[in-house]
Amino acid sequence: MLGMIAARLKTTIPSVIGVIIVTFLLTRVLPGDTAAYFAGPAASNEAIADIRSKLGLDQPLPVQFVSYVVALVRGDLGTSLTTGQPVTADLAQRLPASAELTLVGLLISMAIALPLGVLAAVRQGSWIDHLCRIVATAGVSLPVFFTGLLLVYVFYFILGWAPAPLGRLDVFFSEPPRVTGFLLIDSLIARDLGTFSAALSQILLPALTLAIFSLAPITRMTRASMLAVLGADFVRTARASGLSTRKVIGTYAFRNAMLPVVTTLGMVFSFLLGANVLVEKVFAWPGVGSYAVEALLASDYAPIQGFVLTMAILYVALNLLIDILYGVIDPRVRLEG
Amino acid sequence: MAAAPLLDIRNLTVEFATRRGTVQAVKAIDVSVGKGETVAIVGESGSGKSVTSYAVVRILDRAGRVAEGSIAFSGIDLVSATEAQMRDLRGREISMIFQNPRAALNPIRKVGKQIEDVLVQHVQATRATAREKAIEALEKVRIARPAERYDAYPFELSGGMCQRIVIALALACQPQLLIADEPTTGLDVTTQKAVMDLIVELTRERGMSTILITHDLGLAAAYCDKVVVMEKGRVVETASAAEIFHNPQHPYTRKLMKATPRVGMSLRDLLPEDQAKKTTSTPPVEAASAKPPATSAGRAPLLVVENLVKEYPRPAKGSFLAKLTGQAEPDQPAFRAVDGIGFEVRRGETLGLVGESGCGKSTTSMMVNRLLDSTSGRIVFDGQDIGSIPAKQFAASPFRRRIQMVFQDPTDSLNPRFTAERAIIDPILRMGQVRGRAALRARCEELAQLVGLPVELIDRFPHQLSGGQKARVGIARAIALDPDLVILDEPTAALDVSVQAVVLNLLEELKQRLGMSYVFVSHDLNVVRLLCDRVIVMRTGQIVEQGTAEEVLGAPRAEYTKELLTAIPHPPS
Repeated sequence: MLGMIAARLKTTIPSVIGVIIVTFLLTRVLPGDTAAYFAGPAASNEAIADIRSKLGLDQPLPVQFVSYVVALVRGDLGTSLTTGQPVTADLAQRLPASAELTLVGLLISMAIALPLGVLAAVRQGSWIDHLCRIVATAGVSLPVFFTGLLLVYVFYFILGWAPAPLGRLDVFFSEPPRVTGFLLIDSLIARDLGTFSAALSQILLPALTLAIFSLAPITRMTRASMLAVLGADFVRTARASGLSTRKVIGTYAFRNAMLPVVTTLGMVFSFLLGANVLVEKVFAWPGVGSYAVEALLASDYAPIQGFVLTMAILYVALNLLIDILYGVIDPRVRLEG
Repeated sequence: MAAAPLLDIRNLTVEFATRRGTVQAVKAIDVSVGKGETVAIVGESGSGKSVTSYAVVRILDRAGRVAEGSIAFSGIDLVSATEAQMRDLRGREISMIFQNPRAALNPIRKVGKQIEDVLVQHVQATRATAREKAIEALEKVRIARPAERYDAYPFELSGGMCQRIVIALALACQPQLLIADEPTTGLDVTTQKAVMDLIVELTRERGMSTILITHDLGLAAAYCDKVVVMEKGRVVETASAAEIFHNPQHPYTRKLMKATPRVGMSLRDLLPEDQAKKTTSTPPVEAASAKPPATSAGRAPLLVVENLVKEYPRPAKGSFLAKLTGQAEPDQPAFRAVDGIGFEVRRGETLGLVGESGCGKSTTSMMVNRLLDSTSGRIVFDGQDIGSIPAKQFAASPFRRRIQMVFQDPTDSLNPRFTAERAIIDPILRMGQVRGRAALRARCEELAQLVGLPVELIDRFPHQLSGGQKARVGIARAIALDPDLVILDEPTAALDVSVQAVVLNLLEELKQRLGMSYVFVSHDLNVVRLLCDRVIVMRTGQIVEQGTAEEVLGAPRAEYTKELLTAIPHPPS
């Protein structure tokens, strides 16, 4: 297993190098002068030039690139000019927030989408199949900021069930000692149930917003893939040998249908992780998405480079995980590994 | 059979709801199977034979339903039984074996586990004893090293082995009735014989009844007591195997009988009497492109193959774990799919290339057709070494139009978005001299006539054509450029026998008329005997025997050829 992972990791090296180069170039090509932005509107030309040389922006591109890579090797992603913090520290603070939100959203989505997709395939053409279609279409049709606002309006403003959409934790609670960076897990480790339920109630609405959005691809894929498998010869064999419906659908059909679903899950996850800026904005969630957008608007290179690089590496890791999952589900994949 | 039959199907009608209304797939049939009796249901595609069996175990798909009639299984009415009752019967009292054994097994579950599932479901074993019982079931179907095979996945086993697993699965709970739906279609003759012998032996031993569903009358007659012949949803004849074979009553049975290739008959014999007369009496249409009749004597052979080799690198061996940690043993000597063979094809001759799957016959035909590069050796076509032209560039070579191919599956080898006309003129558009819509259309119509495809059908898409019609389109496409050599890769394997009979005759007629040579790749020795002048028998990439068809198939010298010939099902004499 370790060998396979190592071999797979080797193949990702070129893409990581590519990402480093492209992000570096991309941030330089973007319009906007960082030095001018930071010197302020009233600054003199000398002051701007001074800032520029302090930031190393007056150096030729290759020199800038080399110093960037050297710093990168040391684990230094530079310093954010807007927050004044090292980018590594900022990301370490904010990435778990985004990851926690995305994961919870995805779990909720899977909990609804998988059974719905399976039922829709098994009872093709029934009301549940139509429900599946409606839910999936409605989910993608509504923009996430809209669903988010709607949920806040209904559950916070009208019903008052949910807390104010103001970040990860209510101000009255203190963050548990940091272990994983996931508040839900950390509070459980600290055996602090009060904090746990507070964090849970904060995360529920934004997670639900993401879940509604990601329902469509997962339900659709589950349904299509189940339909294909249910028509397969081996399912007929299983039925002809009198296996119970549960066994036929659960053990025989579902596991075979999981392969394309796992691929979709990976794609949905990585998409959500980078693209949930709107949800983060609506719920004042201190995640990486909003961090990157703020940096982009300020022409702040370092956080953008750090963000894109982190996302690329996460994506690579995710694909590796999916490959391993594939091997667990399908013995045929193992041989080719 | 004085006692009540085990299975009694009376007046059974099965309907399918389709977009165009209800279609009756099975129309008021009566079939009975006595205790310990082996009954064959024989028919061509669309005869309703499989549907009948699905209705018995009630696994018809959602669109199908039993409209009328009764199915009684040892006193239980299967039509009105509840789903729970049916589940109890399936696998325990009535089992099924399916066509395409590899697809019939769950690809991602160990085969032993799949047998366990059935045993546990029918309370024949507990979780504790299941493994032991599953291995026992594997042992009974003569699988070597059953304890090891228990952990195998279907993709790791050969087709014949998979079918044994399916049989083990079906017989695990000692059912009273076994329904085998085309159990050996797609398997080699020797494997077919082994599988059929095993089924018959195991079912006799246990006093089980068997229904064998097949399109192969020879197979049915060789292994069954009683034969039921079905045509278009109706039973047309029911009689003992010997009687059906020697004294068929119904015209359809006679036609089927006649179309089945056997020893001691000619191609013409395959056709029904009226049709045979018609083809002989029709004056041959003067083909514009007809070549002078080929004379094989005194001229150099059309194709000479010398010492042809195709090697494939072997994947690294070793356990899964070794592979993961990179400790697998490195390179083995390359696998030789074709191992230094040599033969020639004379002008106007049909050369048969026979052998079981994996013998290298398809690889050989692909290399001769220049779709695949050889590792070494020479392929000399009309005096020129075409083996030295890389397969990738061969399409641009002037030889491409002289060597054409008819592929195995008439459906898969046609572009579903091309009409028959577009498919037929495709090679002309790419390589031919004919230009202009009208001229192309005329040429296409001429070709359609030549292969006996009604001209009004050439604007249809493949899905609107029957299997035989699609086969004709494939043949018309292959002869569109007047090739000298046509490679026929099992062109009739996917067709019903009566269609096969017509297509084989068509091929022979076209050869005579257009003066082509054929390389005919097949696993069906009876067909080869009819069509081929000379035969090459291949095994593990080498030629075992070659000579004229009468020599090789009439008086074989090699042990392997004899083995192949005896494996062909022999009907009762």
